[in-house]
Amino acid sequence: MRHESSISAATDESPVIAHPHPHDDRAEPLGPRHERALRIGIGGPVGSGKTALVAALCRTLADTLRLAVVTNDIYTTEDADFLLRHSVLPASHIRAVETGCCPHTAIRDDISANLEAVEELEAAAAPLDLILIESGGDNLTATFSRGLVDLQIFVIDVSGGDKIPRKGGPGITTADLLVINKTDLASLVNADLTVMENDAKARRGNAPLCMLSLVRDPQATDVATWVCHQLATATAPEPSG
Amino acid sequence: MTVRNRDAAASPGPTSTLLLLADGRFPAGGYAHSGGVEAAVAAGRVHDLSTLESFLTGRAATTGAVAAAFCAATCARGSSDIQAIAELDAELDARTPSAALRAASRKLGRQLLRATRVVWPHPAWECLATTYPVGLHQPIMLGATAAAAALTPRSAALLALQEAVIGPATAAVRLLGLDPVAVHAAVARLLPLVDHLAAAATEYAHGSPEDLPCHSAVLLDISAEHHATWEVRLFAS
Repeated sequence: MRHESSISAATDESPVIAHPHPHDDRAEPLGPRHERALRIGIGGPVGSGKTALVAALCRTLADTLRLAVVTNDIYTTEDADFLLRHSVLPASHIRAVETGCCPHTAIRDDISANLEAVEELEAAAAPLDLILIESGGDNLTATFSRGLVDLQIFVIDVSGGDKIPRKGGPGITTADLLVINKTDLASLVNADLTVMENDAKARRGNAPLCMLSLVRDPQATDVATWVCHQLATATAPEPSG
Repeated sequence: MTVRNRDAAASPGPTSTLLLLADGRFPAGGYAHSGGVEAAVAAGRVHDLSTLESFLTGRAATTGAVAAAFCAATCARGSSDIQAIAELDAELDARTPSAALRAASRKLGRQLLRATRVVWPHPAWECLATTYPVGLHQPIMLGATAAAAALTPRSAALLALQEAVIGPATAAVRLLGLDPVAVHAAVARLLPLVDHLAAAATEYAHGSPEDLPCHSAVLLDISAEHHATWEVRLFAS
């Protein structure tokens, strides 16, 4: 049971990869300046549960945070309904971005369409605390540009095979939080959670890792806690000097 | 070190600048637009290399030629003449009957401005961003970019035409699984036409904005309107 939902590395430990402070904007917004929301990218392979995690985070955090979502996934009315029904976000706080069959390009090599969507949301729904940017389902090498997001969560799942963490790749090794999702299915797909967790730790050192089952924890409690912690850190006053 | 510093301070040649701007990897959002190919594929009008080649020819000679003329004309007027840019932008707006295509063009113009203001800094960019919060039409912004990068109107026209052809060509590779090499061979066969159209477009560079060409591709306009209503789109236009 201990695998169901736990962040295995303390969130206040120094991450393995050093990133610029979230307030170090690499690109000035193209238009009116708004209070800048924290941007968190959520990436990972197709079907690993990104949309469900986004919905869970919205549900858990919407009471305390002003948040909005940009989705790059192939986006049907069903997806929109899913997000609307399973969260408390109004439609005006959700933007879809088409990626021309190149989901990785939209989050890494040419982030302009996503920056447009983010800034549109900041203009239309200001002030916002948090913007979640969900990538289209891609492969293990698809990570977000630091010009687009401040932090990124990479979501894999047990049914993709328990060797996935060992494969590594930039998503697994460098994401600010790695989520191994659908732990409730492990026994059904012969996935060894201990192997997955140990391999992930070997790849990531002390960087945070979360074993998640949205069936057993529909609030995604530990991921939401991590997000709140990041938000608190990002908005803390800069040390003087 | 001295040599490197001196080289870094020197101005780049026009060809290297043109190559940088024409590269499909230049991050200005074009990869997510199919230039009407997604709609044409769904309707069965483009389904193989031969139908794609016809589509590309038609697109180059219509919307491509218009984009090239406006791009060249903007380039000829430079990046700072906001009044001239406004006039050209309004004229191109009037030549784009589809609201979906107008919106797509302006969004691409904004995305290009995002890249341009960092790659080729110029005092005009902030003013354009403020005056056109939803963006200039992409060919106008491309012309202004070309001017700031010290390119000629002829190069600007070539850039616009190149984009009008290569964008839908690569979209077709992704949508139909066509052989990418065969598709590039088809594009290469179109280059004499592209050169001819660019030369013709350049002749308008110093002309009056209302005299610029207004070739239209009615099917592209209509299918773009349909495309914008689809529940699931892989491309933004």
